[in-house]
Amino acid sequence: MTDVSQNTTGAFARLDFGAITKDLLVTLFLGLVIFGTTVGFKTKTSVGGLTIETHMVTAAILIAIIVGGRLVLWMTLWSRPAGQSKSIIPDGVKTALSSKMGLLGKYFGPIMLVFAVMFPFLPTTDRYLLDLGILVLTYVMLGWGLNIVVGLAGLLDLGYVAFYAIGAYSYALLAHYFGFSFWVCLPLAGILAAFWGLILGFPVLRLRGDYLAIVTLAFGEIIRVVLLNWYQFTGGPDGLSGIPRPTFFGLAFKRGEGNFADYFGLEYSTIHRIMFLYFLILILALITNFVTKRLRGLPIGRSWEALREDEIACRSLGLNTTTIKLTAFATGAMFAGFAGSFFATRQGFISPESFTFIESALILAIVVLGGLGSQMGVVIASIAMIGGFEIFREAEQFRMLIFGLSMVLIMVWRPRGLISTREPTIFLKEKKGVSSDMVAQGEGH
Amino acid sequence: MEYFVQQLINGITLGSIYGLIAIGYTMVYGIIGMINFAHGDIFMVGSFVALIVITALGLTASSGIGIIFASLILVLLCAMVVSSAFGWTVERLAYRPLRGSFRLAPLITAIGISIVLQNYIQIAQGARVKPLQPIFSGGYTLMGGGESGAFLVQISNIQIMIISVTFVLMAIFSLIIAKTSLGRAQRSCEQDRKMASLLGINVDRTISLTFVMGAMLAAVAGLMFLLYYGVIDFYIGFVAGVKAFTAAVLGGIGSLPGAMLGGLLIGLIETFWSAYFSVEYKDVAAFSMLVIVLIFLPQGLLGKPEVEKV
Repeated sequence: MTDVSQNTTGAFARLDFGAITKDLLVTLFLGLVIFGTTVGFKTKTSVGGLTIETHMVTAAILIAIIVGGRLVLWMTLWSRPAGQSKSIIPDGVKTALSSKMGLLGKYFGPIMLVFAVMFPFLPTTDRYLLDLGILVLTYVMLGWGLNIVVGLAGLLDLGYVAFYAIGAYSYALLAHYFGFSFWVCLPLAGILAAFWGLILGFPVLRLRGDYLAIVTLAFGEIIRVVLLNWYQFTGGPDGLSGIPRPTFFGLAFKRGEGNFADYFGLEYSTIHRIMFLYFLILILALITNFVTKRLRGLPIGRSWEALREDEIACRSLGLNTTTIKLTAFATGAMFAGFAGSFFATRQGFISPESFTFIESALILAIVVLGGLGSQMGVVIASIAMIGGFEIFREAEQFRMLIFGLSMVLIMVWRPRGLISTREPTIFLKEKKGVSSDMVAQGEGH
Repeated sequence: MEYFVQQLINGITLGSIYGLIAIGYTMVYGIIGMINFAHGDIFMVGSFVALIVITALGLTASSGIGIIFASLILVLLCAMVVSSAFGWTVERLAYRPLRGSFRLAPLITAIGISIVLQNYIQIAQGARVKPLQPIFSGGYTLMGGGESGAFLVQISNIQIMIISVTFVLMAIFSLIIAKTSLGRAQRSCEQDRKMASLLGINVDRTISLTFVMGAMLAAVAGLMFLLYYGVIDFYIGFVAGVKAFTAAVLGGIGSLPGAMLGGLLIGLIETFWSAYFSVEYKDVAAFSMLVIVLIFLPQGLLGKPEVEKV
């Protein structure tokens, strides 16, 4: 369990049996204490109160796995001579791979875009895959929105889901009380979310990075608790149902005359609506991406990045950091609002259950694991995360455990995220990727 | 008046529990400047270990008072040892490899660890709430009652125990920080880690021990929480953790007495809010408090104002 190799990197040209034995004994002890208690004994609620059930075999297996795993690591990776790369892949392959990856990286975006447009028409795509595609794209959009706040401006926002909730509830409530249609509510939801971003952001954006994180977390929880308890207005834990579905320029996706299928002379099928939703979220996500890319080239986007790199330098150059932070916060919130109203119209039902902290953590994980500030990283991370969730659907119980573990492991393995090189927005003569090891990132003082 | 005094007692009890957890946040933040997001879940683990040991010992209210006390000390020791093992392992695996990395990295792994711990306990111990039969009963009536029929002000034995244990532990830990070589090492690491290591202090070990100390106090808080409320589930760590962090910030992060004071204040605010306004919005009250404090008093009540260096 202990990572002794951190301190004595490469000192083990050959196996040092004393150190290994000590390490394995420590691992064994920790395993016994941790698994021996919490897995070994299970409390069970029964008639006369709590009883104990023992699961010693499971605990023993877990302990054997960690001790054995460490032994294997000691025999292989950690016993390489000093100076040699600790990676499994040889260096030659690595450089060749990275040059290929560079080439691939250039065309990856367009290829993905073409694939995304073609996806609903592929013969292998069924209803299930299409739904999954919508889900992935929703997270891509949310990831891109949060990327503005975290990746570009370097402000850690742990309550991003609050704006998602505001977007969803704005649409649901406006439709419920005033009968507004989706297309009217979509911009309104974005504006309302951005407005809330301003209101919430104004008092807290003077705070330093970690404090900001906790305050945004607190805001996220406050919004959720209010939604949960304001029963007369929001429906409380029961949520709001019967949210109207979107229409295609006034054509509803329903059976019967004057509706979408009838108008275009198609045979009615429920897949039309799903396809429409798919393209809707694809367009919304692309708009997010486009706006972000454009903003990065404008003074406002550059000042976001300047703020991320060094707030004090920013201030001494006469930039108003409060305005910069507020615009980043509000822009990010606006896209969450759009995504939220899409979510509401897609589900047809919303409740505070959908907007818990874990959702914020998931979006943040997508942004950070993808590589802060990298648009492509968000896409890859979303596909990996949501795909991973689907793969582990069978193991319902273990899904979140695996999610948490992979979050930790990827972070320890690549603290900068999967795609860790950054393209500068302005450059002299030649455009070069800047390895993120060279720059401070996400300090958000 | 009687109602007020009763709520005061309840608030101080709750505040003591928050204060114990808050110390873990404040010590870790002071020494490595990171929010140990998983600390609330270490508290939860401590609570579960206490529950397991109490059930295994078959402790009930009908056992003799001597046996109860002896077993509770055993329970406390077990919970502290297991929680420390968790705290130490988490620090070794998830935080140490990222030391010196950019600032968000350890916070992200901390969130990951928090998710892992919650789900680990959920799988290992089941998702349903665990009720514990009250072990301690009885208490003292301080005011009211009798002929006048006024509101009864009572202090239960558990409340007395929680408050006294908290204050004893506070005194012990303040002594450790102030007088022992470990405390000196901790304070020096807090000021300047590089200089401390140049002067021969094992910084890594000091940080590990800080995590262990925080985890021990969290385990104590876990046991207290279990005895006081009698029900726990795998999710208690999240809300308690955020509130304890609020307490640490309120008192001035990095300051030990500040954490305790902040804990008491948050406990009182929450209790009075529930008593006089609404129970549903008690979390909102606590979280709003955090926002208000950070806006108007970013350094907290007993903290030192932070000097910004270029």
